[in-house]
Amino acid sequence: MAEPVGVEVRDVSLAFGELTVLDRIDLKVAPGEFFALLGPSGCGKSTLLRLIAGFNRARSGQVLVDGVDIGEVLPWKRNIGMVFQNYALWPHMSVARNVAFGLEERRLPRAAVRRGVDAALALVGLADLAGRRPGQLSGGQQQRVALARTLAMEPRVLLLDEPLSNLDAKLRHHMRRELVALQRRLGITTLFVTHDQEEALTTADRIAVMEGGRIVQAGTPMQLFDAPESRFVAEFIGAINLLPGTLSRASGGSLRFRGPTGEFGLPPLPALTDSGTVTLAFRPHTVTAVRPDAAAGAGRIWIEARISEREFLGEYVRYRALAGGVELVADIAHRAGDPGFAGGAAVKLGIDTSAITALRA
Amino acid sequence: MSARFTWAQAAVALAIAAFLFAFLIWPVMTVIWVAFADRAGGLTLSHFGAFFQITLMRESFANSLYVAGMTVIVTSLIAVPLSYFTVRFRFRGAALIQTLGVLPLIMPAFVGASAMQLLFGRSGSVNLLLMDAFGISIPIMEGLNGVIFVESLHYFPFILLNLSVALANIDTSMEEAAQNLGASGWRLFRRVVFPLALPGYIAGASLVFIKVFDDLGTPLVLNVTNMLAPQAYLRVTSIGIEDPIGYVICVFLVVFSVAAMAGSAWFLKGRDFATLQRGGAAGLRRRLSPWQAALAYGWIALLLLLVLSPHLGLLLLSLSRVWSYSVLPDAYTLENYATVFRDATGMMVNTLLYCGGAALLDVIIGTAIAYLVLRTGVPGRQWLDHMATVALAMPGVVLGIGYLRSFRDVDLPLGMGPLTGSALIFILAYAIRRLPYALRSCNAALAQVHLSLEEAAQNLGASRGRTIVRVVVPMMMGGILAGFVTSFITAAGEISETILLTSRESLAPMSYGIYLYMQSIAGRGPGAALGVLAVVLVGLGTYLSHRLVASRQASLERR
Repeated sequence: MAEPVGVEVRDVSLAFGELTVLDRIDLKVAPGEFFALLGPSGCGKSTLLRLIAGFNRARSGQVLVDGVDIGEVLPWKRNIGMVFQNYALWPHMSVARNVAFGLEERRLPRAAVRRGVDAALALVGLADLAGRRPGQLSGGQQQRVALARTLAMEPRVLLLDEPLSNLDAKLRHHMRRELVALQRRLGITTLFVTHDQEEALTTADRIAVMEGGRIVQAGTPMQLFDAPESRFVAEFIGAINLLPGTLSRASGGSLRFRGPTGEFGLPPLPALTDSGTVTLAFRPHTVTAVRPDAAAGAGRIWIEARISEREFLGEYVRYRALAGGVELVADIAHRAGDPGFAGGAAVKLGIDTSAITALRA
Repeated sequence: MSARFTWAQAAVALAIAAFLFAFLIWPVMTVIWVAFADRAGGLTLSHFGAFFQITLMRESFANSLYVAGMTVIVTSLIAVPLSYFTVRFRFRGAALIQTLGVLPLIMPAFVGASAMQLLFGRSGSVNLLLMDAFGISIPIMEGLNGVIFVESLHYFPFILLNLSVALANIDTSMEEAAQNLGASGWRLFRRVVFPLALPGYIAGASLVFIKVFDDLGTPLVLNVTNMLAPQAYLRVTSIGIEDPIGYVICVFLVVFSVAAMAGSAWFLKGRDFATLQRGGAAGLRRRLSPWQAALAYGWIALLLLLVLSPHLGLLLLSLSRVWSYSVLPDAYTLENYATVFRDATGMMVNTLLYCGGAALLDVIIGTAIAYLVLRTGVPGRQWLDHMATVALAMPGVVLGIGYLRSFRDVDLPLGMGPLTGSALIFILAYAIRRLPYALRSCNAALAQVHLSLEEAAQNLGASRGRTIVRVVVPMMMGGILAGFVTSFITAAGEISETILLTSRESLAPMSYGIYLYMQSIAGRGPGAALGVLAVVLVGLGTYLSHRLVASRQASLERR
């Protein structure tokens, strides 16, 4: 496989009629990176992918592959492989004919086409199904054929449009790991569209979260999880508690937060120096719960609450508790034999101050 | 549904089976039997031997195959690019072009054939102009060419409509995947798009083949008799109802019809064709480059002119006093219409009577079969459906000859004379061949009536019969009406059976009148006037029923 190339999207906007679908998108994907575009349906992620493949035209801005603007290159001349959400396997051709298609379009000699088909099918472990029709394959197998058809072309960039969404849950987890392994092995620059945050977190080197045609935040999965910059990202990736309130700076520089659950002091938070309206965000697993009479340990903010609901999820118990009219979620690790708190029980919730992020508004 | 059924339902099923047997299966079997029977009543192939001994028959056989095959090729050349461009590209006239698909329903091919002769014939308008300008002429209306030309302009919408639906159903990602892998333009079309749309194409093309192979009216009007259907007609009418050669021809007509239909069904069976899938992007139409657009629009304008030429020609002809050896008529008159109203009102009445009666019979039987199949457990009910559908593959010539032969000794009760010399025979013949269309409409309509609506009626005390009358039929009315109109219109344009069954002029419907007038030079004007009236009648009927169905649909949906 050739050296991986980078993909850059510069200030791209796109509209279908009056409807703005992409709004000033800037994006840089490093060579060999596995990059996810994550967002709810209608956020423009698939449109962006199709733009890179050449099926949409930008109203303004540029798409560069390996530093070269490809805006005027026709889709069939780009050699950017795309795997479609529904696989788009041609039912009138066998698996082998499907995979051979692109190589034949390149007018390769018959022997070279054969080699390419064999290699691509071997890559996805389907060498023995070459003679079948797509309709005779399972969903997972169809997905592999679609992948093989694209990889046979040795594309410069690989685009995957919701590649796992048509598979059942078990198969999805399996294919997810296989996809990552394959991408690592080939080292091909890959853009991957998904609405499933778990999928993005587990597979991608980096993620761009999209909303309403914009990229709202990009970063590694851990950055996005640990330090979301907006309410949207915070809520879209993982479960989160949100506590709206006002922040004020006391004399001596310490911060005080006043919210629905009362008033408490906060240590200096990154990216938050001003006073004003904020929302505190923290993950359920950074919250602990103890009996109301237990000693309050240091390094945590303690809030009195009452358990309203509990779900046992195996590794942990997810508690929903009401505190000052706000529902907070706490994931407490489960130990064998520990029954945990019952519904209706009064508790003290301890929030790890080092894990709190403050969001504007 | 339980497999139970009532005796009343079984009796209705039996009655329909008897009807189909008497007026569809028996006449066709009779025709086939005569072709294989010797004088003593034993089986023989000697008639087939005799058939191939006759030079004219061998020629006719080859000509019919040639004309049908060439028409499929010409219609494909017209319709395939047309549907591809209108479905896949942004195209201003797309709706207009798709509307062309209704034209053949409104005017049968043979009606416009004479007008085409005057426009494109050896001394027709186009060739006169070409002669003047370049000293050349195009023999497009000469002999078999004329049949191919007229039939192609008439039947290309069958491919256009079927293929357009198939193309529109292809998931765009199928094409994008091919583009993504480096295919474009002609190769994209040839390797991916066309193979995926093949079911639509095959359905349309096989229909064109059958229609042309069986057509009697167009060759006769163009005075081409060395083809199979005209020969069958001529043998039976000139040599006599006993002449076995006519029946041999009928066997060929049936075999080719059935083979074309079975062939296309076999071809499509078990194949997995792409239709719209989940997650497929809605079809974004591509843009044409300026020169492509110019080419496409120019070509389509030309085509439009050609397609409309029989209609325009007919209108001109109907208004002309004299029109020969000139580009346009020499003088205009309304005399032709006066003539038609004076002489042919009986034919108009006959058409309304026959076609109305046939269409009524069709929707009654169609509704009954649909109900029996979808809602009851009467054993063998599927066979009623299959039997009725067989009529689709039965050429009009075959059924016409079959009726003449099977019912030659059958008299109507009360001294009303022979069945074959009555209005009833037209109604029966028309009804049988249009039954499949009406049945399809009724089936679709009933399938949309949810079973719970009937159960609600029965729960509130309505008997089965009352439920059908008060709930089922009213809910189906849109489909029934559509079936009625389709039957009526196609029956009005029917010519093969009509020519054979018309035993005296007082029984003739309009289609026969047009055919008869067109036989003589002097009759062309009145013939064209009658044709225009038929087109107006049918067009008006179509329009009104569309309005009716649309408003009913709207009121049903409002509820």
